[in-house]
Amino acid sequence: MNAMVGEWVDVGAVEDVPLRGARTVATGHGNIAVFKAADGTLFALWDRCPHRGGPLSQGIIHGHAVTCPLHNWVISLATGNAEGADSGCVRKLPLKVEEGRICLDAHAVAAGPGA
Amino acid sequence: MARKLVIIGNGMAPGRMLEHLLEAAPQDYQVTIFNAEPRVNYNRIMLSPVLSGEKTYEDIITHDDAWYQRHGITLHRGKRIVAIDRGRRKVEAEDGTQASYDRLVIATGSAPIVIPVPGHDLPGVLTYRDLDDVDRMLAAAQGGGHAVVIGGGLLGLEAAAGLAQRGMKVTVLHLMPTLMERQLDPAAGHLLREAVEARGIRVITKANTKAIVGSGKVEAVQLDDGTELAADIVVMAVGIRPSTALAKSAGLGINRGILVDDQLVTSDPAIQALGECVEHRGLCYGLVAPLYEMARIAALHLAGDATASYPGSVTSTKLKVTGIDLFSAGDFADARDREEIVLRDAARGVYRRLVLQENRIIGAVMYGDTADGPWFFDLLRRREDVAPLRETLIFGQSYAGGAPLDPMAAVAALPDDAEICGCNGICKSRIVGTIAEKKLASLDEVRAHTKASSSCGSCTGLVEKLLSLSLGDSYKPALLQPMCSCTDLGHDEVRRLIVAQELKSIQAVMQALEWKTSCGCAKCRPALNYYLIATWPGQYADDGQSRFINERVHANIQKDGTYSVVPRMWGGVTSAKELRALADVVDKFAIPTVKVTGGQRIDLLGVKKTDLPAVWADLGEAGLVSGHAYGKALRTVKTCVGSEWCRFGTQDSTGLGIRIEKFMWGSWTPAKVKMAVSGCPRNCAEATCKDVGVICVESGYEIHFAGAAGLDIKGTEILTRVRSEDEALELIVALVQLYREQGRYLERIYKWARRVGIDTIKAQVCDDSEKRKALFDRFVFSQKFAQADPWAERAKGRDAHEFAPLSELRFAEAAE
Repeated sequence: MNAMVGEWVDVGAVEDVPLRGARTVATGHGNIAVFKAADGTLFALWDRCPHRGGPLSQGIIHGHAVTCPLHNWVISLATGNAEGADSGCVRKLPLKVEEGRICLDAHAVAAGPGA
Repeated sequence: MARKLVIIGNGMAPGRMLEHLLEAAPQDYQVTIFNAEPRVNYNRIMLSPVLSGEKTYEDIITHDDAWYQRHGITLHRGKRIVAIDRGRRKVEAEDGTQASYDRLVIATGSAPIVIPVPGHDLPGVLTYRDLDDVDRMLAAAQGGGHAVVIGGGLLGLEAAAGLAQRGMKVTVLHLMPTLMERQLDPAAGHLLREAVEARGIRVITKANTKAIVGSGKVEAVQLDDGTELAADIVVMAVGIRPSTALAKSAGLGINRGILVDDQLVTSDPAIQALGECVEHRGLCYGLVAPLYEMARIAALHLAGDATASYPGSVTSTKLKVTGIDLFSAGDFADARDREEIVLRDAARGVYRRLVLQENRIIGAVMYGDTADGPWFFDLLRRREDVAPLRETLIFGQSYAGGAPLDPMAAVAALPDDAEICGCNGICKSRIVGTIAEKKLASLDEVRAHTKASSSCGSCTGLVEKLLSLSLGDSYKPALLQPMCSCTDLGHDEVRRLIVAQELKSIQAVMQALEWKTSCGCAKCRPALNYYLIATWPGQYADDGQSRFINERVHANIQKDGTYSVVPRMWGGVTSAKELRALADVVDKFAIPTVKVTGGQRIDLLGVKKTDLPAVWADLGEAGLVSGHAYGKALRTVKTCVGSEWCRFGTQDSTGLGIRIEKFMWGSWTPAKVKMAVSGCPRNCAEATCKDVGVICVESGYEIHFAGAAGLDIKGTEILTRVRSEDEALELIVALVQLYREQGRYLERIYKWARRVGIDTIKAQVCDDSEKRKALFDRFVFSQKFAQADPWAERAKGRDAHEFAPLSELRFAEAAE
């Protein structure tokens, strides 16, 4: 059950995502990864590394970046862009926190991860 | 004739407003103040020094009785206003006292939040807000006893420090994982926790208060994990809420606080409000600086200055506990596309972190040395472009200005008596002088002659810069491969320092060894996690978030995001029962591929992550446990059938393999460890290309090690030959333990052996029986904490969040 609040969809409680960890949200378009950095900042990206589609939610989170578990690409959580020498981008989803609940932009969820 | 100004509340904001008003328009108003507290105006932010005994109430009075008299101000003490009649412009106090106004200022402040847990109304449960609270705490502290402070924020920690200084045994409960998490990053939170604990205050984080219990008065606090803490007083310091009841009953616009515009005027033009009770542009403030800014604007507005306007405040925080220097400003949580600059000085206990966005400082955290806090805060508030200062920005104001300095120039500019090596107390002139006098040319020579950089090594970079400065281009520093770009130290130095300085957490390592990032990276964190586990068995708490995914979820991730599951088959031996359980699991969970591995076991490939705990539960019922095929750990011990079946077998190779595997499973190692035991020199178990191998012969056992059959192919070296199984086991265990203590993370045994030399390994493991025994004992001790089947734990619900999605959204399909 996910309560739709206007344009936002509630996907769970802030405390259910571990610090320096991630959880997934299953959708018809594949998984979304919700990350919580060491400083508590939350981010949402489609759970697909721009390199070979690796599940970014399973990577090690450091600063505001995640290292993909398959081939060690480092993806910025803030932008979805690959860092360093690699280039590529995964689509980011607008996220907001309301009364301890994590809400994702419903349109971005419905639009899917893109090509 | 002067107009009538009535002020409700006599806290710091209206006090400051009056000072500004008396300066701008001393004759304009006849002022009447109603104060619910029976006192004159005092400096509320100095309550903590009063509690700790460093100041008295008299010391913190801002305006004494004479001040009110001198300015002709009427102060009604202890009179709480209960009604505002806006139509007749009158206020009325509890006792019936009335006053009419032309202009009214509401400054009712805020009230502490009390968590409504059972027992919150017992005598002995206090808040920390005004002098009455302090008096109650002091009375309680007279008898010593136990205090529990709920809330590890600014106020809670100040209360805790004060009570501890007054002789109480204090425990701080904090809901979040780190203290002051709204103002500090985890690295500074860790330092703060250490400093707080060093004062004898117990800190429990992630503590959820379930109830306060006692008959007639508070006696204990219960947490939801069942912990019970004795308590003679409980102080709630979890936050404040603007006091808006009076404004609300008067029909003024309110939200979280009383709504005001940029002139601090409420929805009624004759009424202003300021301080902690207001909400301005969506924000409520609880710190003194914004209140003072509001006070100035409110006063100018009263004095008739229509241009005065309050734009809102950027806030900074300091903790007022003597001996703990801490500063934070700005908002880290909203940082996007940010960069960080981190400075750590372990010897002085300093941590500084600046968060930049588009060359502007948007956040600053400082611990230990906060002298530059106001300077950084000023740069932050003025949104100044710091690109020209960037190189030396983190060192603070004294390095700024003029041409930017390169790091070498910064070292050159250090005074002669600047201490370079904190461990040995060696200053710059001593090092430079010795280099010249003794014609030194290398780091090792400097270490030998001055002792600088010979202890903890964290000043090595500085010493090398001094060598470069003295010798010019002729000095070529030895190339040291740092662990990663977060540090200049190599793996060996980090390991050495973890032991020498007794560093027992990742945060402690990063601070003591001056990491250049606040949270490390995917290279150093797993390495540090391993070093800490290997060095401090039973003391270090494994950090799952610093492990690669395979070790975190105890299965191997595959290219499509599914996992593979490999149970242990001890020595490569299985049974009908185990095979039946495997077959059932494959059917039940529709596992697509079943494969025999090179290590004599069976791999189930393509298991969905959400199915893992259920798969493990079913396997566990048949006695199958984790094979650690995913770990930097003991993998397999391959065997041949040996003397039990084979006509050439010389010893029970299968039995020895199983014995080794049962003894050593679960241990973490720098890289994977694969073993094999062959029953005769025909070597059917291929023991001579393994990390550790045994070849059984008629007279006993030949122990091999340092083989490889992966990226590199290399035959093993012979360690030694022994007569009995017991001796073989002791040698192998001691060898692996030495590797666990010396190996660099991800360095296989053959590379470690090549680096340190086969002979030095033999000397410790074979020739020195005392050393061997000690290594063996350390391994056995660490196994006490390692041999728990991770699959069984997770089948029972541990880390359940790892295996279940946060949420499942199905509407995305419907929207197609």
